[in-house]
Amino acid sequence: MKNNAVATTLAIFKREFLSYFNSPVLYVIVVIFLLATMGFTFFFGRFLDSDNASLTQTFFFWHPWIYLVLGPAVGMRLWSEEHRLGTIELLMTMPLSPWQAIVGKFIAAALVWAIGLALTFSIVITVSWLGDPDPGPMITGYVASYLYALGCLAVTSAASAYTRSQVVCFIVSVALCILLTLIGFPGIVDSVVRTLPSSLENTVRFVSYLSFMDHFYEMSKGIFVIRDVLYFVSVIVVGLVITHMGLRSKRA
Amino acid sequence: MIQVQNLRKEFGAKVAVDNVSFTVNKGEVLGFLGPNGAGKSTSMRMVTGYFRPTSGSIKIGGVDMLENPELAKQSIGYLPENAPLYSDMTVASFLGFCAEVRGITGAAKSKAIDRVLDLCFLHRVRNQSVDTLSKGYRHRTCFAQSIIHDPDVLILDEPTDGLDPNQKHEVRQLIKNMGKDKAIIFSTHILEEVDAACSRAMIIDRGKVVADGTPASLRKLVPGATSLDEVFRSITRSDLEK
Ligand SMILES: Nc1ncnc2c1ncn2[C@@H]1O[C@H](COP(=O)(O)OP(=O)(O)OP(=O)(O)O)[C@@H](O)[C@H]1O
Ligand SMILES: [Mg+2]
Repeated sequence: MKNNAVATTLAIFKREFLSYFNSPVLYVIVVIFLLATMGFTFFFGRFLDSDNASLTQTFFFWHPWIYLVLGPAVGMRLWSEEHRLGTIELLMTMPLSPWQAIVGKFIAAALVWAIGLALTFSIVITVSWLGDPDPGPMITGYVASYLYALGCLAVTSAASAYTRSQVVCFIVSVALCILLTLIGFPGIVDSVVRTLPSSLENTVRFVSYLSFMDHFYEMSKGIFVIRDVLYFVSVIVVGLVITHMGLRSKRA
Repeated sequence: MIQVQNLRKEFGAKVAVDNVSFTVNKGEVLGFLGPNGAGKSTSMRMVTGYFRPTSGSIKIGGVDMLENPELAKQSIGYLPENAPLYSDMTVASFLGFCAEVRGITGAAKSKAIDRVLDLCFLHRVRNQSVDTLSKGYRHRTCFAQSIIHDPDVLILDEPTDGLDPNQKHEVRQLIKNMGKDKAIIFSTHILEEVDAACSRAMIIDRGKVVADGTPASLRKLVPGATSLDEVFRSITRSDLEK
C-alpha cells in the first residue's frame, strides 16, 4: 500500500465533488446563479440598450455581488459538515496530510463554480451575435470573475474549519466577503478619504488595495495584470492556510 | 506494535488523560474499561493521531506517531465513538472511498470491499444509502471501514455499541480471531466482553490507569469479588461520591 499524495487528493476531490451532486443545494445555487447573472445583466445592466456590446459594465459588473452570497453557500459545507458528522475524525486518522484533504475539497468546490460559470456562456453567444465584441475583455472578464468566486470560496473554507454549523459559517463568510469587497469600492473609498485627514489617505488606499474589488475591476476592464492574478492566488493560499490552522486547533 | 509512554492530555485546566503507559503486542487484545469520562476515547484519539498529546510518546510498529504521522497511520484501523459516516454515500461507495484514500484501487479495491462486506454481514445493504441505515448497520459499516486495509493495529471505540445480541457475539468472535495476528485495543462498558475477547484488560479512572492485567488477575485484585463487575465497581469511583 503505497501512499501517493496526488491519488489521495484525487480521492478526496472525487468524493466531495460527487457529494455536491447528491445534494439539492447545488442545483438550487446554480439555478439562482444563472437567473441572477441573466437578470441583473438584462434588466439592471440595460444590456440590450447599451450600444457597445460590452460585457464589462453589464455582465461581469454584477458577479461580485452574486458571489458574496452564493460563494459561501457553495463552500459552507466544506469543513462544517465534517465536524458535524464527526467524519473529520476518520479523515484525520487516515494516512494523509491535512493539506491533501484541504486542497482536494477546495478543488471540488472550485470545479462547481467553473461549471456554473461555463453555463453562462449563452450570454457570450448573445453578445457575439449582437455585436462584434473584443475577445480580450471577455476572457479577462471570465478569469476575473472566476478568481473572485475562488476568493470567496477560500474565505468560506477558512470559516468552515472553525465551526460545525453551516449557518454560522455562512453568515461569517458572507460578512467577511462583503467587508473584503466594500473596502475597495471606489465610491466608499473616496468618501472615506474625504472625511479622514489627508495624512491617512495612503493607509486607506493601501487597505482598499487589499480588497477583492480593486483587483477585480482592473481585470474585468480587460487589463490583464499578473499582479491582480497573484493577488487572488495569495488570497486563496491565505484562506487555505487559515483552514489548516482551524483544523489543527480543533484537534489540539 | 503499540507502545505508549507517559501519555497526558489536558483540555484547558482539566486533565483528561494522566500519565498512561502501555504496550500491546501482535496477538494481544487489550480491553479498555472505565466509567464515563474516564479518558478512554481521549486516549484512543491520541493513539490514532487525531488528538495531539500534551506530552508523552506513541509508537505504532516502531514508527513515531508525532514525528511521522502519515506512515504510522497506515498500519492503523480506527472505529471512532459514534461511528461517523458520510451520510450522502452508499455503503459500498463509502467503503470504496476509504480504500482509495488508503491507496487501494482497481481490482484490489473491489476485493477489499467484498471481503469486509462479508466479515461485517453487510451484503444486504451494499447499495443502500448510509442515511437510511439502522444504528447497528451504521456501526457495522464504520467497523468495516476500519478493517478495509487489513491493518496490523486496530483501535475500536465501543465496537459493540448498538448491536443486537447476535451481532455482538459475531463482532466479539471477529475481534478475537483477528486478535491472533493483530494488536487490538477496544473499549467497552460490557464487562462480559472482556472475558469473551480480551487477552488483557486495563481499567482507567479519571485519566489514570488503576488496574492492568489478564481478566483472571483483575478478578483477584479485590478479595471476595467473583465477577469483573464487582471489581470494576470497587476500584473505580462512581460519580455519586464527590
Ligand atoms: N474536545 C474536548 N474538549 C474538552 N474536554 C474534553 C474534550 N474531549 C473530551 N473531554 C473531556 O475529557 C474527559 C474524558 O473524556 P473521554 O471522551 O475520553 O471519556 P470516555 O472514557 O471515552 O467516556 P465514555 O465512556 O462516556 O465514552 C471528559 O471529562 C471529557 O469531558
Ligand atoms: Mg468514550
